[in-house]
Amino acid sequence: MTARIGVITFPGTLDDRDSLRAARIAGAEPVSLWHRDKDLKQVDAVVLAGGFSYGDYLRAGAISRFSPVMETVIEQAKAGLPVLGICNGFQILTETHLLPGAMLRNNDLHFVCRDQKLRVENADTAWTGDYSAGQEISVPLKNIDGRYTADERTLDELEAEGRVAFRYLDGNPNGSLRDIAGITNAAGNVVGLMPHPEHAVEPLIGTGRTDGLGFFTSILKKLVSA
Amino acid sequence: MARVVVDVMLKPEILDPQGQAVQRALPRLGFEGIADVRQGKRFELEVAGPVDDAALARIHEMAETFLANTVIEDFTVKIENADAAAGADNGNAAEKVSR
Repeated sequence: MTARIGVITFPGTLDDRDSLRAARIAGAEPVSLWHRDKDLKQVDAVVLAGGFSYGDYLRAGAISRFSPVMETVIEQAKAGLPVLGICNGFQILTETHLLPGAMLRNNDLHFVCRDQKLRVENADTAWTGDYSAGQEISVPLKNIDGRYTADERTLDELEAEGRVAFRYLDGNPNGSLRDIAGITNAAGNVVGLMPHPEHAVEPLIGTGRTDGLGFFTSILKKLVSA
Repeated sequence: MARVVVDVMLKPEILDPQGQAVQRALPRLGFEGIADVRQGKRFELEVAGPVDDAALARIHEMAETFLANTVIEDFTVKIENADAAAGADNGNAAEKVSR
């Protein structure tokens, strides 16, 4: 018995295929989900993949947030369904306010595409159990709206509660406050980050590192042992 | 038909690199004396029915939940075409929302 990991496709999503593959490589059963369909097909966890849903019109993630599928995701995430938002998916999660803060244009106005070193700050979330706190990983980063922003009080709260899940190392690529690359909700089931773990799951692809696979093995382990 | 304009601006404390890039380009183009530029968004809504309190309340709700992200942005709602705005007391009323 394995777990079913759903990946949502919005118009303009790019990385749904890679996310489905990553789930399969980790040993899960990948399930495609469609933005207009409220039904989550009884998946055990959901990935909001990267890309430019609705062309990033208005704001990145702003229109996707009101899609039929998100109604169900928001409702079930609040009840504990594990949700991982990668890049555009993270932007959608902040627009839904499942995660605090917001994403803004990179401070140097450039699209950044590179391998990015991160430190895993919180290894107790549903998506990071296979890492250890303080572990350094390297995964691809590619975005133009990656500058994480929140007010000082929210930032202090995130820090105090250990909810900064990932921090940029060796240079902040976009001006994110406090070098934040990803955060988690208080319960640890909803996690969002700008870099792309789903692109770093096979030794043959990219830099040859598989540092991103842990996201998918973490959730699988958590679901199967639950 | 009445037009309602929603202006959305980044909050003052939020860094606006796009506005800064515009500001930095100005002297090069011969436009001197501009100390700062902030860039925002303007939405022009053509309202089919009367722009009464109920319609304005809905537009306000629309701006708050959708047109602006109030985590990072402020917005104003104003009726542009006062003559066509039936039921609204003050066509020039602008409402500033800040939180």
